[in-house]
Parts: sequence; structure tokens; C-alpha cells
Amino acid sequence: MLTLTIARLTVLEMLRRRLFLVLIGLTLLVIAFTSWGFGQIATAGHPPLDRTQQIAVVSQLLILVGFMFSFTLAFSAVFAGAPALSGDVESGTALAILARPIGRAEFVVGKWLGVVITILVYAIPTTALQLFMVDRIVQYVPPHPLEFIAYITAEAIVVLTLALALSTRFAGMVGGVVALIFWGVAWIGGIVGGVGTALDNATAVHVGTATRLLLPTDGMWRGAIWSLEPAAIIAGIQAAGRAASAGNPFFAATPAEPLYVAWTLAWIVGGLGIAVWLFARREI
Amino acid sequence: MSDAAIRTHDLAKRYGSIQALAGLSMSIPPGAVFGFLGPNGAGKTTAVKLLLGLARPSGGDAEVLGHPIGSRASRRRVGYLPELFRYQSWLTAREVLALHCELAGIDRAAWAREIEDALAVVGLRERGGTRVGGFSKGMQQRLGLGVALLGDPELVLLDEPTSALDPVGRHDVREIIRELSERGVTVFLNSHLLSEVEQVCDRVAIVDHGKVVAEGTLEELLRTDTVRVHVTDLPRDADGTLASFGALDLDGDWLIARQIDTARVPELVAALVRLGARVHAVEPHHETLEDRFLRQLGGS
Repeated sequence: MLTLTIARLTVLEMLRRRLFLVLIGLTLLVIAFTSWGFGQIATAGHPPLDRTQQIAVVSQLLILVGFMFSFTLAFSAVFAGAPALSGDVESGTALAILARPIGRAEFVVGKWLGVVITILVYAIPTTALQLFMVDRIVQYVPPHPLEFIAYITAEAIVVLTLALALSTRFAGMVGGVVALIFWGVAWIGGIVGGVGTALDNATAVHVGTATRLLLPTDGMWRGAIWSLEPAAIIAGIQAAGRAASAGNPFFAATPAEPLYVAWTLAWIVGGLGIAVWLFARREI
Repeated sequence: MSDAAIRTHDLAKRYGSIQALAGLSMSIPPGAVFGFLGPNGAGKTTAVKLLLGLARPSGGDAEVLGHPIGSRASRRRVGYLPELFRYQSWLTAREVLALHCELAGIDRAAWAREIEDALAVVGLRERGGTRVGGFSKGMQQRLGLGVALLGDPELVLLDEPTSALDPVGRHDVREIIRELSERGVTVFLNSHLLSEVEQVCDRVAIVDHGKVVAEGTLEELLRTDTVRVHVTDLPRDADGTLASFGALDLDGDWLIARQIDTARVPELVAALVRLGARVHAVEPHHETLEDRFLRQLGGS
């Protein structure tokens, strides 16, 4: 299984190049800082906030911290994925490897798998630690913590797959910039769709739907928000009307539909298949 | 084993409007040390990349070790040192070799011996634990050579294998090639260093503008129809008698007969003796590979 050989090599590269360790170090600093911030909520306000108010503030702050995790994961996936193939081709390291009896598909899937493993190894402990610290400091656990980790990881894997597919043909910097632009456009597209729903504008709704299908990153992010949103907040914002709920990029009342989750998985598999197809035809 | 280690038929490669390789046809017997010569841009590296499936041909076909190029089987018993030799800078030399042991499908029990043997052969035994990022270019090329030798390959393709090496390193590479030849390994040496090719290769192809313009053993390629005769006491009026042997030049005590039919050399010697001259030696004249290379490219 040379796919696993390449995956192991990719993970080792992440560790030895210190990208992973720097990311972990900075994330731990952020967790320490945010934990201190959550601790301040208990004593904030004159008079101090009651428990319901505290939970409302903590849950919304946690969504913003969750956005930071989503952002960091997506950027890290792009930085790891965009040069994964093109970097090896440009530097010449691919010459010696691909002259061995290894298929191009094994090479591409191995690279993808290596970055996915790195994402999981980063995302699961750090987000779990963040949620644990919030629980310890303000005794609050979001309603769906496991789903939160699954959604932001899926978002990172989607954008990684896009970056890797671009890496089959473009230099790392070009592929990385393009992938990040698409990620940003998908996020904006989600907001446009929400605004369209709020204002009953069919065109804007269609734009939102199209971007959600073309790049399911924002769809996964909405799922991550839902997993952190307390039922009371969902009920409160929905009661405030469609304008308050649909147009808010940091609010989601429902999880991703099973069909949409299936579409996201199919998108990842299809994107990886395209990457394999493109790289198999690349001259080294 | 196939009757040819490498066989190509009209192998062609076009990059846009540039014809990098135009109908390469050749057959390299197993165990040969084959020199692939040509000026920069002649298509040498393109040919190697096609043979290894790193690039796809625009036309023609080829086999490596009896398997069609591009197939996994064709790369199973092949060692390769690329012209652009770069290895994972974050790995140690031993780790790079272990990676290639794994990629080459070498039995894990044999890795330690393979790795230590390769390090010893290329003179990196003391640096096996050093990360490649700290290696000089010459050391990286030595490591690349070690990578190419792993797993007892049947065919080793070396693309400009001494480009970063000092004279000692070049000598080592020649010794390694000779040792491979003694073991019956086919060596495909891509080079424009003529002296290097002349010292180690037994067959040579000269490629220019993507085509083989001359191919054969060194003996065949460098043999000419010129004969040098060491002669003294040659009468001054010998020209008329010797005119039938073609153009003759006298260079000191050496009579140089150009474009002479080799079957007529005894006749020439007899004529000289009849004229009263003393014949000390008769030598066929061989070109140097450089002369042949320049003449071939000048005329191709």
C-alpha cells in the first residue's frame, strides 16, 4: 500500500517542517487567551450577568472562537494542500519517487490522506481542549460538540481537496490564492443566500444555493454554527423573524440536511478523483 | 529476461511547437553500458523521462525490460538518478534510502543491508544520519546514486550522474558503473561529458535534435578509413608509384593514407618495401569521441 507510504511521508513532512508544531503552539496560546476571556464573563456586568445571560454570551463568543478554528483549519489545509503536488514536481523530488513502481493515484491519494490525518490530529485535540476549558471555566457545554468538530473538519477537507486538485496544474502560491478566494466566495455566497431568504429575493437565494453546491465549505460552517447554538438562542432568533435569522452569517437554526452531507462527501470523492485524473496526465 | 533491456521504435515527444524527440529508434542489449550523448537540448533527458513513464510519448512505442513504458512493471527493476536530483530535505540520508526501499518493493528484512551497502558504495556511510537539507550538491548527487543502486536493479538510468561531483567523485562513479557492468546490470548513461562516456561505455548513441544520428560500439563509431604508416628511407619520387592508394600525406616519419580500403593496406606496405623504404609500424587511425561527436553534429 504505497498510498500509506506517501501519507506517512506527508505527515512526517508537516512535523519536520514545523508547520504543525507552530500551529499547535499558536492555537494553545489562543486557547489560553480565550479561556481567560471566558473567565471574565462570570464577573462581568453591573450587576453581574445571571446564568441565562452568561450562557447566551458564552455560546455566541464560542461561535466566534469556532469561526477562528474554522478559518485556521481552512487556511492550514490550503497551505498544506496547494504545494503538495506542484512543490514536489517543481523541486524535482517527484522525479525519483514517480520513477518507482507507484501509481499516480497512489501518490495523489497518499498526499491527500497525509494532510487529512494532520488536520484530524490538529483539529480533534485542540477543539476538544477549547470546549473542555469553556466547560471547566463557565460550566457550559455546547449542544453538539462532536458534530462541531466533524463539521469544521469536513470544511477543511473540502478546501484541502480543492487546493490539491489545483496543485496538479498550478504552482503552490497560485493554487493557494485561488483556493482561498473560492473559500471566501463560498462564505459570501452563503451570506447572499441568507439575505435573499430574508428579503424574499429568488436570485440571491439561487446564488446562495449555487455556491453551497459548488463548494460546500459554507454549508459545513453553517452546520458547525448549529452544533454550537443553544436551543433557547435558536428559538429566540427565529421568533425575531426571518430577517434576523436568515441574514446572519453566524447563525444556523438547523443542521446540514443528510442529502447535503452526502453531496459534500461525494464532492470530496469527486474532487479527489479529478485531482488523480489531472495528475495522471501531468508531465513530470 | 528480454533480449533487449531497452527497445524504442519511432519514439517521439512534442512540447507544443517544439519537437523534443523525433523518432528515436534503438535497442540496448542487457548488460550493456550505453552512453547516450548529445548537446544540450538534444532530447536526452526527454528520452529518459519517456522511458520511465514520467512523460507520455507523442508517438511511437518503447519497452523497458520487456514491459511497455509507462507500466508499473517496466519500473519494477529500474534504478534512476535524475539530472535534477532533489530528495526530501527533512529526511536523513538513511530515511531517504528506506523510503526508496519501500517504494521499490524491497523485502523489509533486506532494508538495513541495502541501505548500509548503498551508503558505503557512494561514500556517505558517515553521513547516513544527517538530514539531506544539510548536504552539499555533490553529496545529494551521491545520495541519488545510492538511491538508484537499491534493490539489485536490472537497469540503471543515470542522467548526468557527475554534474555536481569533484574529480574524486567522478572517478568513484566510473568505478560504480564498471562494477554494475561486471554484475551484468544494464547502464544507460546520459551525458555530454565525452571523456566519461569514452572511459566506461561499450555502446554509444549520439543524439541531436531528437534523433539518433550515430549508434554502435565505440570501436565501430571511432574507426576510420585512415591508416598511419611509420616509414623511413622513403624515396622522394615515391608519389607517382603510390598515387593509386589515394590521398597520402607525409607527417615527419609518418605516412598518412586517408580513405584507403583496408583490404589494400598489405598492398601499400609491399609497394613501400619495393620502393626501398623501411616500414616500422602500421596503425589504423581512431578518432577521439570528441572528434567523432563534433564531426557528427557538424554534419547532421
